[in-house]
Amino acid sequence: MAEFNVLWLQSSGCGGCTMSVLAAEDPGLFATFANFGIRMLWHPALSAETGPDALAILERIERGETRLDALLVEGAIPRGPNGTGRFHMLSGTGRPMLDWVRSLAALAGDVVAVGSCAAFGGVSAAGDNPSDAAGLAYDGMVEGGILGSAFRAKSGRPVINVAGCPTHPNWVTETLMLLSMGALDVEDLDLYRRPRFYADHLVHHGCPKNEFYEFKASAEHFSEIGCLMENLGCIGTQAHGDCNTRPWNGEGSCTRGGYPCINCTAPEFEEPGRVFTETPKLGGIPIGLPTDMPKAWFIALASLSKAATPKRLRDNAHAPRIVTPPTARNTKRT
Amino acid sequence: MSAPTRIIAGPFNRVEGDLEIRLDIDDGRVVAARVNSPLFRGFERMLRGKDPRDALTITPRICGICSVSQSAAAARALAEAQGLAPTPEGAIAAAIIHGVENLADHLTHFNLFFMPDFAKPVYEGVGFHEQAHARFAAGAGSAVRAAVDARTQLLHIMGLLAGKWPHTLAIQPGGVTKAPDARDKVRIIALLRAFRAYLEADLFAGPLEAFAELADPETLRHWHRAGTAGDARLFLDAADATALGEMGRGPDRFMSFGAYRLDEGPLFRAGLLRGGILSDVPHDAIVEDISHAWMEGGAHHPFEGETSPDPAMAEPGYTWCKAPRLAGETVEVGALARQIVDGHPLARALGHGGADARARVIGRLLEIARLVIELEKLALRLDPGADFIRHGVIPDEGRGAGLVEAARGSLGHWVVVRNGRIANYQIIAPTTWNFSPRDAGGGAGPVEAALEGAPVRAGEVTPIAVQHIVRSFDPCMVCTVH
Repeated sequence: MAEFNVLWLQSSGCGGCTMSVLAAEDPGLFATFANFGIRMLWHPALSAETGPDALAILERIERGETRLDALLVEGAIPRGPNGTGRFHMLSGTGRPMLDWVRSLAALAGDVVAVGSCAAFGGVSAAGDNPSDAAGLAYDGMVEGGILGSAFRAKSGRPVINVAGCPTHPNWVTETLMLLSMGALDVEDLDLYRRPRFYADHLVHHGCPKNEFYEFKASAEHFSEIGCLMENLGCIGTQAHGDCNTRPWNGEGSCTRGGYPCINCTAPEFEEPGRVFTETPKLGGIPIGLPTDMPKAWFIALASLSKAATPKRLRDNAHAPRIVTPPTARNTKRT
Repeated sequence: MSAPTRIIAGPFNRVEGDLEIRLDIDDGRVVAARVNSPLFRGFERMLRGKDPRDALTITPRICGICSVSQSAAAARALAEAQGLAPTPEGAIAAAIIHGVENLADHLTHFNLFFMPDFAKPVYEGVGFHEQAHARFAAGAGSAVRAAVDARTQLLHIMGLLAGKWPHTLAIQPGGVTKAPDARDKVRIIALLRAFRAYLEADLFAGPLEAFAELADPETLRHWHRAGTAGDARLFLDAADATALGEMGRGPDRFMSFGAYRLDEGPLFRAGLLRGGILSDVPHDAIVEDISHAWMEGGAHHPFEGETSPDPAMAEPGYTWCKAPRLAGETVEVGALARQIVDGHPLARALGHGGADARARVIGRLLEIARLVIELEKLALRLDPGADFIRHGVIPDEGRGAGLVEAARGSLGHWVVVRNGRIANYQIIAPTTWNFSPRDAGGGAGPVEAALEGAPVRAGEVTPIAVQHIVRSFDPCMVCTVH
């Protein structure tokens, strides 16, 4: 098995994608590396090399002495102040990370943006974007970023955006496994160049609150187990991700934890133009429609289903736990 | 005497985030150190003008390793602004979520960040090296892999209680968003017991209680000599062989904001131990000095603080980190400080007159043992029929401080609300305290001072002693500047 050389750099982010990826399961991170011939040339949190030894690894790649199959970048890249990139000088090198990433990306077989900051700017670009941070190939929803919209890695592929805040550990390991096998191509990426294996799903799929959703039996406050869409800001019906069919940390997901999906795999999720945990409404009706749902039908179905809400769901929706269990019925045909 | 030589140590890895240290070296010793936190993001500016509730979504994303701590501090600050307290059960659930994060962080630090230095070629031929290499070679050692697996399993508690980790919205000013049921409770207990079994096999090679109850350095020595198994003993071997206990002297001032606030009070008490005397923390005496930061403005208490980066990055600034001081003095924060303030006798003895690199690691081991025991008790107290949240409304005008303990020490959020919006939001993270630059009086930050006197071997560019000292503080650089 030929070795698949990867380098991981961190810039304007929180390190949370690394922390998340360390909790990859079946296989775990180190088993993924071992079983797919992935060689981590250097990772700031995991590698032994420090100082000049670490720098030497980067320089060997720059000189073309070490093949770089995939460059993984975690965190947005600050372009400020005044376009210099000096809001993050890679320590010990006197060079802005902006410069390092541009240089190394040009040499990489593929470039992978790990998490929504590296992909689109993410939370590091929130508010008035004090550090002028951008993603590798996107600045929010706009193509470009620090590498420019024309950028293609040596493979001919654009930057692959394993977006999420944080990213799911297995989204990263599966992307690496597929790349190492030469099995991830442009058609496997969605509109925002996220791997379709997770981005073609909606967070709504498999949400345990689905029955509440069907009948618009909604929670009004946190800790109530009803649907979070009508009042508490959940946009899982519009958010791309398989978070509820492939849970987090064993059995979790945002909605399973009782709080709304904030669409963290999407560009500009960090500035939703509203409070994250409150649903904006017009005439009492939530503004955001479920994906691909015609408005008139949604309103008609919502009012119909609301009128038909079973008592059980109405009771449970406002309680912190199931207070009215489903009736046990004999489902055998007689 | 020759003129000091200067080296710039970086990229300084196996810390959270990016770190650069400028060292002046003379006669085989560090004579001065300046710590640079090289990344600026500007969270305090991003938050201005937002609805205060949005802080619960934004601030955890300051840090992916102390995410829950940021969450807890934001929730506490907003709770104070509205005069709200969590329900007793909500406080227990939040404490478990927070405790699991801190445990995972301590485990990551010991196995992935700190111990791999003892596996390096520089120690080849020294007694502990062969075993250290087998257990802790970066990315490959058997202990590294076992720790990552144990951590992954432990974090399943986050899946059950907090939805996911990092970056949960589960902790709210009045409690938590999910009321665990009886099944959640028993699974949490099962996961904690599995984690205890891992620790008792791999790290302590014996009962947690035996380590948690060590009363003084003498009983620690007996515990160390009583066997050869367990990575904690391997650490003590390596610490003896490398004179770790003589490196990295910190200030004789330890602070804790109090950890895991429950209805009956914090699990680990709050306070300041200064020169051996315990007092309350004088919160009003916290000031952030910016004389040596690339920041514009003046020195303020965080309620009046500002964050205006200097685009010219002008001298004498040499870092994006401000310099928090308590009544004009540095303090050390972290697991050891927390255990010292709480009155643990071994921690008190190890920190007498100021901590060292060995003491900080022992403080973390002590806290791992104590915390698992306490979390098991808390999990047993979870009442699946109780209310886990209390609801309130944030007033249009108000302010609040959220003071908690992250894995790395005291974390504070100070929020000012005007016209229903965030008018000011200031954050001081643990590593801001420990890795602060010089202040207006020229006083060095705690790590800068701790590095003075560190031995430098011939030809070393990133001295191994410097690496031990820096990593003994377990810096989180992304939190530091935020």
